[in-house]
Amino acid sequence: MSLGSWFGRVAFLALGLTLLFLTLPTVAIFTDTSPGRLLDALGEPVVLDALWLSLKTTVIAVVVIVAVGTPAAYLVARREFRGRSVTLTLIELPLVMPPAVAGIALLAAFGPHGIFGPWINDAGIELVLQTAGVVVALIFVAAPFYLRQAVAAFASLDRGRLEASRTLGAGPFRTFVRIAIPEARPGLSSGLALAWGRALGEFGATLMFAGSLQGVTQTAPLAIFSRFSDPDGFTAALAISAVLIAVAALILLSVKLFGADRALDRTGP
Amino acid sequence: MPVSAEAIPVPECRPGQPQRARWCRAPVVFALAVAGLVGATAIGCGGDGGPELTVLAASSLQAPLTAYGQSMPGLEVRESFGGSDLLAAQIRQGAGADVYAAAETALPNRLFREGLVRRPRAFASNRLAIAVPAGSTIGGLSDLARPGGSVLLGDEGVPIGEYADWVLARLPSAEREAILANVGSREPEASSITAKLVQGAADAGIVYRTDVRTAGGSLEAVSIPGRLQPAIAYAAAVVKGAARPALARRYVDGLIGGEGAVQLRRAGFLPPDR
Repeated sequence: MSLGSWFGRVAFLALGLTLLFLTLPTVAIFTDTSPGRLLDALGEPVVLDALWLSLKTTVIAVVVIVAVGTPAAYLVARREFRGRSVTLTLIELPLVMPPAVAGIALLAAFGPHGIFGPWINDAGIELVLQTAGVVVALIFVAAPFYLRQAVAAFASLDRGRLEASRTLGAGPFRTFVRIAIPEARPGLSSGLALAWGRALGEFGATLMFAGSLQGVTQTAPLAIFSRFSDPDGFTAALAISAVLIAVAALILLSVKLFGADRALDRTGP
Repeated sequence: MPVSAEAIPVPECRPGQPQRARWCRAPVVFALAVAGLVGATAIGCGGDGGPELTVLAASSLQAPLTAYGQSMPGLEVRESFGGSDLLAAQIRQGAGADVYAAAETALPNRLFREGLVRRPRAFASNRLAIAVPAGSTIGGLSDLARPGGSVLLGDEGVPIGEYADWVLARLPSAEREAILANVGSREPEASSITAKLVQGAADAGIVYRTDVRTAGGSLEAVSIPGRLQPAIAYAAAVVKGAARPALARRYVDGLIGGEGAVQLRRAGFLPPDR
């Protein structure tokens, strides 16, 4: 397709519009207020608490997701078993679930009046209105993003290399750690980035399940919402947004750098 | 440099390819077309084609204003309910609304001074109450200070949160600190406080008396003494630049002395304080 044809020009125009539309709001976050005021707002306790809480809860959530999700995805990807496609569908379901539905679902399952509520209560665990509840909500909405990518990455591994490792005497665990994970690294890291990004942006389920209290459950997106509705808080909301954008860009970039070399190897001859 | 997409191995529907390949894309195109049509319809027109009125109203007004909106013959009233402050922020950002009905007077007055709405008019008043799950042992504000309890308040900047802070500010400082230590969440609106209470997420919350009624039998209202009741006035204003200013004014009139007022009384709202 050359730019000379009429369709080439249309496509070029479409790309221009797409870029403009997708970047303008992002640029506006940084230019709506002066950088000085933005930096001042970053020093407000509400802003610092929210960013710190978001960092803490998303990192815990992502660690849990990767620790439990990696072997689980490996099993689903490398084994034929009855109900495999049902399993895949169940794993992916929260992906297309509206956040408000996720919040209701979590309350119905783990809330004080939920199915497992009394059981959780007896175990001495408190989730609702607690930081732990935030982590639970984040894991629920973000895990499918990692699992999906991980299953796809493990499924596309070369059977020969895995079998070679086994024939050379490596056990299943060694094969998994030494061969499967390094080979699937690009897919796993992009899944990790997607899950982390989703967790950082989580709003609805967190608000419904965990509430919003500064320093305890008020993550960055909740603080943005809370500050936005305060007539004097718009700059603080912008400041948190700016940090979130920077962090999101950093995650995307590091995954591109971390996963790229392998991805190139793969598509090579 | 000529831009070329040829290198990217995307399966394309070329004239030379078998029919099957072309059909593979048809459902996608069809789905996009349907989505586009539905979207355009939803954005473009409001149903039965009558004149439309967009009302931004405080969440606590949901029940009476929905009934009021449905009672207006030949008029399509579209209500958007949310925290008064959030709605004010939307108006400030240029939301195309006709009427703003807030759970307080300061926000509409502020918008009036900023030249964004016409002069606000008070149309109802309300009282605060402590909402508790039915059968609770909480009998008054002092019980909220019990160690280990969990209390829900409105967020700072949201009217129901500001009113709660107003009440707490009038308590002895030891009691106030004890209650604040029990706060489990600061919610964006009164309705999310009652929803969490119904789910058993907390022991009590400070909301409008009318919210407890809306929640049905699962919640009970514990009263707050009169000397600790802030003046809660609801004020509505026609938004400047409203598409239908005359209709908007008629709507506000009805809130003060018409069907809107009837629905408000039915929901437990009091007439505006004189």
